[in-house]
Amino acid sequence: MSQTPALEARGLSKKFGALHVTRDVSLTLAAGARTALIGPNGAGKTTLINLLTGVLRADAGELRLLGEDLTRTDSALRTRKGLVRTFQISSLFTPLSVFENIFVAVAQAAGRAFSIWRPAARERQLLERTEALVVQLKLQADMHRAVGEIAYGRQRLVEIAIALALDPKVLLLDEPAAGIPSTELDLLHSAMHGLPEDIAVLMIEHDMHMVRSFASQVAVLVDGSLLMCGEPRAVMSHPQVQAVYLGTSGQQRFERRLAHA
Amino acid sequence: MTALPANSILSRHRWNAGELVWLVCALGCFFTFPEYLALGTAVLVMVLLVLSYDLLLGFSGVLSLGHAVYFGLGAFTAGWLSLAGWKDPVLDALLAAAASGLAAALLGPFLLRLTGLPLLMVTLALCVLVFEAAHLATPITGGDDGLSGVQFAPVLGLFDWGLGGRTSYLYSLAWLTLVYVLLKRVVASPFGVILQGIRENPKRMRLMGNRVLPHLTISYSIGGALAGLAGALFTEANAFVGLGVLSLETSIDVLVMLVLGGVGTLSGALIGAPVYMVLKHFASQWSPFYWMLVIGPLLIAVVLFGRGGLLGSARTIVARWRRAQP
Repeated sequence: MSQTPALEARGLSKKFGALHVTRDVSLTLAAGARTALIGPNGAGKTTLINLLTGVLRADAGELRLLGEDLTRTDSALRTRKGLVRTFQISSLFTPLSVFENIFVAVAQAAGRAFSIWRPAARERQLLERTEALVVQLKLQADMHRAVGEIAYGRQRLVEIAIALALDPKVLLLDEPAAGIPSTELDLLHSAMHGLPEDIAVLMIEHDMHMVRSFASQVAVLVDGSLLMCGEPRAVMSHPQVQAVYLGTSGQQRFERRLAHA
Repeated sequence: MTALPANSILSRHRWNAGELVWLVCALGCFFTFPEYLALGTAVLVMVLLVLSYDLLLGFSGVLSLGHAVYFGLGAFTAGWLSLAGWKDPVLDALLAAAASGLAAALLGPFLLRLTGLPLLMVTLALCVLVFEAAHLATPITGGDDGLSGVQFAPVLGLFDWGLGGRTSYLYSLAWLTLVYVLLKRVVASPFGVILQGIRENPKRMRLMGNRVLPHLTISYSIGGALAGLAGALFTEANAFVGLGVLSLETSIDVLVMLVLGGVGTLSGALIGAPVYMVLKHFASQWSPFYWMLVIGPLLIAVVLFGRGGLLGSARTIVARWRRAQP
């Protein structure tokens, strides 16, 4: 493959004291990749996202976004370069309305953060972009309510809207479906499928239905190291992955049951 | 494009009826209470100072006890300029604002890395240190005696200062109106909206691509400059600067007035400062030692029962009353 990968992490390591949470993780996302990151609880999935976005500083390793070395940059610059994430637990501006929350992201992404004189209410383009995102995630009913007052599942959709507002090149989604009621999951699905083709997406997800419908590649993280990365069917049926998820005895039972079925 | 609701933080640049009524009342006081114009001027200067502090605490989430530093620096700058022979009040006010704004811009990048309690402690220390330094620097600040004989030329070459406080009242009101318009624009701009994002969740703001510190520094500098402007007005109205302008008590008073009026609304400053100043004036006439007995319970009541200061409490009461109506 001659094309530069959208995101390339090499040899990322992180220790909290004696706890080695990320061990020499190397991960490449091609442009347009749809990768699911799975792994048992405590495997270090969120830590990996924190390392990629610069929330945590890696002890070792390097990071490239579209070929550009971002190893020594802070999280704000990484976001501006297009490395955008969402949070496992919603992290929003609670007293601000849904519309205002998204507007903040839109204004920031449009480079208007230092526009200090023109009232926001007269920034037509920014307002229209904000409203388009509100409509895309069907948040109209709540759009002028404080984001802290709306249902948690709807807050998750605001997270997605903010991520989309930031013009991502690489999108890291930390359990985007967690907390979204099943009736509204298809909004998330259609937002995911509506993403521009060339954006690379890495999604932490436990819901296998979601993984199967979305991911073309699955990466498995166990005890801080990348166990394997490959095509979903192959990864899911790999004995080592099943051993991690089901335990060796569970795996034997599973196979016996398969044999009897 | 659907219309934004009236209470959206994106439409804060629009004037509401209350603000206009306030301005009309402030102008009305000029005619109805000519004997209280000195107190009135002091109130207006304090409203301006509290407004500048609201930009920091209310809109940027910067809890500081160092605001008197910029107020005092502005006050002394105006004094020094006058003694050096620069007696034009408008020019001196602008230069004083510039001096305080510059000081805030230089200190901001160091202070604003801190938040919450550490920031409170460091700014408290800063305020005390600057006060003591000014106390020791008698040749420059006049020490305990302050700077006296500070005279200014008539405003715009037309209005003399010695007319029973009439010039200083209208002059201060004019500055205040100007600053209020300016602040309304600033907080309603994309810059101001993002500033409120930083106040609520700086970590999230970084992960939207904002470096936070530059934003806070700009806000802090504007706040510092406006505090310096208030200081200059103080000097011009009193024809005197004492060390009191730099005291920690000034910083605390500003915080109390803002909390009393309502934080993060701008209009809170319009209520908090006058209520505090007027109560203090009359309560200290009643008892020079125990006047805090009047302010204290009011403050406790507002903090305990009223969300959002006197203004917020008034809104809550009105809302309840409306709901009670059939």
